[in-house]
Amino acid sequence: MQMQNFKNPVVNWIDHRLPVFSFMHHELNEYPTPKNLSYLWNLGSLAGFALVMMIATGIILAMHYTPHVDHAFASVERIMRDVNHGWLIRYIHMNGASFFFIVVYIHIFRGLYYGSYKAPRELLWILGVMILLLMMATAFMGYVLPWGQMSFWGATVITNLFSAIPFIGESIVVWLWGGFSVDNPTLSRFFALHYLMPFMIVGVVLLHIIALHRFGSNNPLGIDVSGKQDTIPFHPYYTSKDLFGLVVFLTIFASAVFFYPNFLGHPDNYIPANPLQTPAHIVPEWYFLPFYAILRAIPDKLGGVLFMFGAIAVLFVLPWLDKSPVRSGRFRPIFKVFFWLLFADCILLGYLGAKPAEGIYVVLSRLATAWYFFHFLLVLPVLSLIERTRPLPQSISAPIIGGMAMAGAAAKREKPDA
Amino acid sequence: MSEATTDKGRRDFIVVATNTMMAVGAAAVVYPLIDQMNPAADTLALASIEVNIAGITEGQAITVKWRGKPVFIRHRTADEIQTAAAANMDDLRDPQVDGDRVQKPELLVIEGICTHLGCVPLGQKIGEVKGDYNGWFCPCHGSHYDTSGRIRKGPAPTNLGVPPYEFISDSVIKIG
Repeated sequence: MQMQNFKNPVVNWIDHRLPVFSFMHHELNEYPTPKNLSYLWNLGSLAGFALVMMIATGIILAMHYTPHVDHAFASVERIMRDVNHGWLIRYIHMNGASFFFIVVYIHIFRGLYYGSYKAPRELLWILGVMILLLMMATAFMGYVLPWGQMSFWGATVITNLFSAIPFIGESIVVWLWGGFSVDNPTLSRFFALHYLMPFMIVGVVLLHIIALHRFGSNNPLGIDVSGKQDTIPFHPYYTSKDLFGLVVFLTIFASAVFFYPNFLGHPDNYIPANPLQTPAHIVPEWYFLPFYAILRAIPDKLGGVLFMFGAIAVLFVLPWLDKSPVRSGRFRPIFKVFFWLLFADCILLGYLGAKPAEGIYVVLSRLATAWYFFHFLLVLPVLSLIERTRPLPQSISAPIIGGMAMAGAAAKREKPDA
Repeated sequence: MSEATTDKGRRDFIVVATNTMMAVGAAAVVYPLIDQMNPAADTLALASIEVNIAGITEGQAITVKWRGKPVFIRHRTADEIQTAAAANMDDLRDPQVDGDRVQKPELLVIEGICTHLGCVPLGQKIGEVKGDYNGWFCPCHGSHYDTSGRIRKGPAPTNLGVPPYEFISDSVIKIG
């Protein structure tokens, strides 16, 4: 890392001994970024913002929340009614979870389309899938805390997934519960873990960013940066672009928080948990619906659980399933079609996950599940062998300013920035 | 646009206006996140209590809990009232006439929180140390209070506080 010379002597003195300022300058200021990134590349920083927002509001909610079966529901209602601005903070946290998933899912589909998981970014991708898994665990346990009907029965159903494991399944479930049903011990450990896991996410996010900065961002063309003329410094170009994206995101988010705070939730969760009665129609939060659909599509307990976890596991090995040397879907005419089919398939799975498991919905769930795995396990490996990709541009600059001849001129024009 | 035609004044205005709006926005976001730690509505709803004082005989004191902390109510003897009223103002660290600290001379209502660092002084129960001035004595750091709850000796800077209270009837007071 290049040491910087700062104008402020105090900063310089500190930086000489503790090079945090050089580090920040290097990674957030001059950090060379492909100059052709679209708004789809905003989602990473947005996800980071969502994580910070969730931790900030979560810590505040923990100040007022009581993790006890007799008090949890009432303490949440107290937050809504009595705590100053408690309704606002809880609605931000509640809807923030949904928006965090919206951002992360778009981020993932962006990566899928532009081949951001391919060499040399395999570990970057795998760390991202780990973040997704941690997010899912965190979101699930957070949903249990208000101790409403959906909390309780969601916890019951999801923890029972582990009972599908042969031989030791039942003991594992009892261990998870700390008893013979979801009860007070379950609630308090879920609270402790729900508080812990966001910080684990922060840790993996840091690794994710370190891995990202090793080779820099992928870009819509999916080709490597060929030199200085293909990049612009992160600040002010992408800081301002990210900030604009953040403003758009916050506008939509604020509309949800202030005008439709319960749109994505279930009214049943405003009924206190009752271990003696399951609600007639129990569904998980929307961000779990595709996986829930896969779980129910398989007519076998263990099989359903395996396929559901398999739907995530397949993402871990994605870099080795898609061996096509071309990253961006822009230059892969057949892949592009299958990408959108997969996207539609995931939306369909989400829709089916919200429907009762009967009649045509079961048939469709099975077809959609089959397609999901068909895409990853067959379509991608075969496409990487047979697909004729379109010719790649010579460089990132080439398609913008028309050919390599102009690249020199671009470099000259950027001199004042350097 | 060349450098010569750039209107610096307009540009500065835009920068200052943007930063101001950002500051306003940030303040609007931060305010609820900080204000949430202030007492909640249900806490404020319990901020006043009513106490029946008919049963307190002369020389007796009771302690009641108000806003989570003790309030001392002492039915003072004629002797105690006399000493409190006779105190020389020059001897007091926080000069205050006894008459300003009571609504009825026989009934002293004070907060049982030492003004030094918040301990509860002794002197309420029979047999407890009452300090050199026969009022209260704080065991934490040795502050002595007189029969009007005024600081006489030790590190505490001010007299024991008098909570807002009113007589609802001869036998009931409302604190808070």
